[in-house]
Amino acid sequence: MNRNRGRNLRSLWRSGVDHLATGLAILATILVVAPLIAIFFYLVYKGASSLNWAFFNQIPKPEGEVGGGMANAIVGSAVVLLVASLFGIPIGIGGGIYLAEFGRGTKLANAVRFTADVLNGVPSIVMGIAAFSLIVVPMHHYSALAGGVALGIMMIPTVTRTTEEMLLMVPHSVREAALGLGVPNWRSVLSITLKTASPGVITGCMLAFARVAGETAPLLFTALGNQFWSVSLNHEISALPLQIYNYAISPYDDQHRQAWAGSLVLIALIVIAVSLVRFVTSRGTLKGAS
Amino acid sequence: MGVGIEVKALNAWYGSNHTLQDIELTIPANHATALIGPSGCGKSTFVRCLNRMHETNPVARVTGTVRIGDLDIYHDISPVEIRRRVGMVFQRPNPFPTMSIYDNVCSGLKLNGFRNRRELDEIVERSLRNAALWDEVKDDLKKKSGASLSGGQQQRMCIARALAVDPEVLLMDEPASALDPVSTSKIEDLIFQLKSQYTIVIVTHNMQQAARVAEKTGFFLNGRMVEFDSTHKIFTNPSDKRTEDYITGRFG
Repeated sequence: MNRNRGRNLRSLWRSGVDHLATGLAILATILVVAPLIAIFFYLVYKGASSLNWAFFNQIPKPEGEVGGGMANAIVGSAVVLLVASLFGIPIGIGGGIYLAEFGRGTKLANAVRFTADVLNGVPSIVMGIAAFSLIVVPMHHYSALAGGVALGIMMIPTVTRTTEEMLLMVPHSVREAALGLGVPNWRSVLSITLKTASPGVITGCMLAFARVAGETAPLLFTALGNQFWSVSLNHEISALPLQIYNYAISPYDDQHRQAWAGSLVLIALIVIAVSLVRFVTSRGTLKGAS
Repeated sequence: MGVGIEVKALNAWYGSNHTLQDIELTIPANHATALIGPSGCGKSTFVRCLNRMHETNPVARVTGTVRIGDLDIYHDISPVEIRRRVGMVFQRPNPFPTMSIYDNVCSGLKLNGFRNRRELDEIVERSLRNAALWDEVKDDLKKKSGASLSGGQQQRMCIARALAVDPEVLLMDEPASALDPVSTSKIEDLIFQLKSQYTIVIVTHNMQQAARVAEKTGFFLNGRMVEFDSTHKIFTNPSDKRTEDYITGRFG
């Protein structure tokens, strides 16, 4: 009888602890998600009312005038990010392949890995200064190219390190299978190992992309910003973060409202771009593929 | 058609560990040859020396000669090329996880630049039939990932993949040790059929398996080959005391 009661108490205590732990985990999840949702709703609340057709197909009005839009900034962001991706992703993936497949254990690889980690921690404004002295100074003018390269450099360490991690997760047996079939090593790395790791590598690229898409500091003295239409790589170009920054510190209410709308659009475009890449790359995945 | 293998004074190392010592052996063409011995005796290292997979390990080293057909594989030919002539099936099935069954089977050809669609179709069907898997997978060749098959099916797919590049020799490193008895007996039936077309070298822990599939058996111990003879002789009347102790279960 007594022993029975002891057992009941113990199981009561265990299930209590179990519920407590589950509760704490749920609480932590809420704490993680809450700020995100709060930011998003606040953006919608502040920005949605200023969104209209003009926002997407007009360029900014001269100072003091009401209306106009950010069409040139949206296109400008796209141009700068395209340059950044074309520059940063191939170099980043190449570096990751070197670290995981060819340089394993060598001094050079350790140096590259260390450099990538340091580069990841370099403040973005310093990246801007670097791109300024590397591209803007020799070219004697600001340009979309300089902005793209600044953001591209920022993408490299994230892409390199995730590519490396993802390649290392591909089982050794898969590499052996390819080599055992008489496939040359370079071919096996590109067509088997990298392909097997590709979902993770793509996630890394998207993370890097989303991170630099909102960067303002590196663009301040590279792309500079532009109140007019431009898609040329050789000229100053507008970008959403720059336009948001300029409007947010301006004295006009209408520009404040547009800055809110711009922030909302920036986040929405990042979400759309990332989902699009995920959708396109997940097509053709086979039943039961791991 | 299979070709014979002639091994002379073969020594292999992993770092400072001398894993194979002075192996001398002649493996007949178009027969199955089994290699038995306790864990760590060097039999896996030995088969990996026959297609130069051994040297993919950076600390590995090898000396001696291996002639496959009329080629000295350590002098006349590149490691990549010899692996197309000497196929390998590994201990655990290792499908390419992102590829369909079809692509898995023809991966060796496709990755080497072979593109003829109609011929690929034929080769895939023939290889899968040879591996006794065709009827089970023919309906979802391109729909299902190779990794979605059961373990035994995966291993037969890996055999089909090795056959698709039309090798002369097939090396099997404990091909059934990770499989259930039903799959194991399917693989054994397969080896029995395949040996008319290919020279097969199979490493196994399972002595009954060696007795069932192989005409010749070699017994390895501590990096040396103790005895090599017809399977019947090895299992009924071995000439070396150590072989007898091993097959009667006194150690190992």
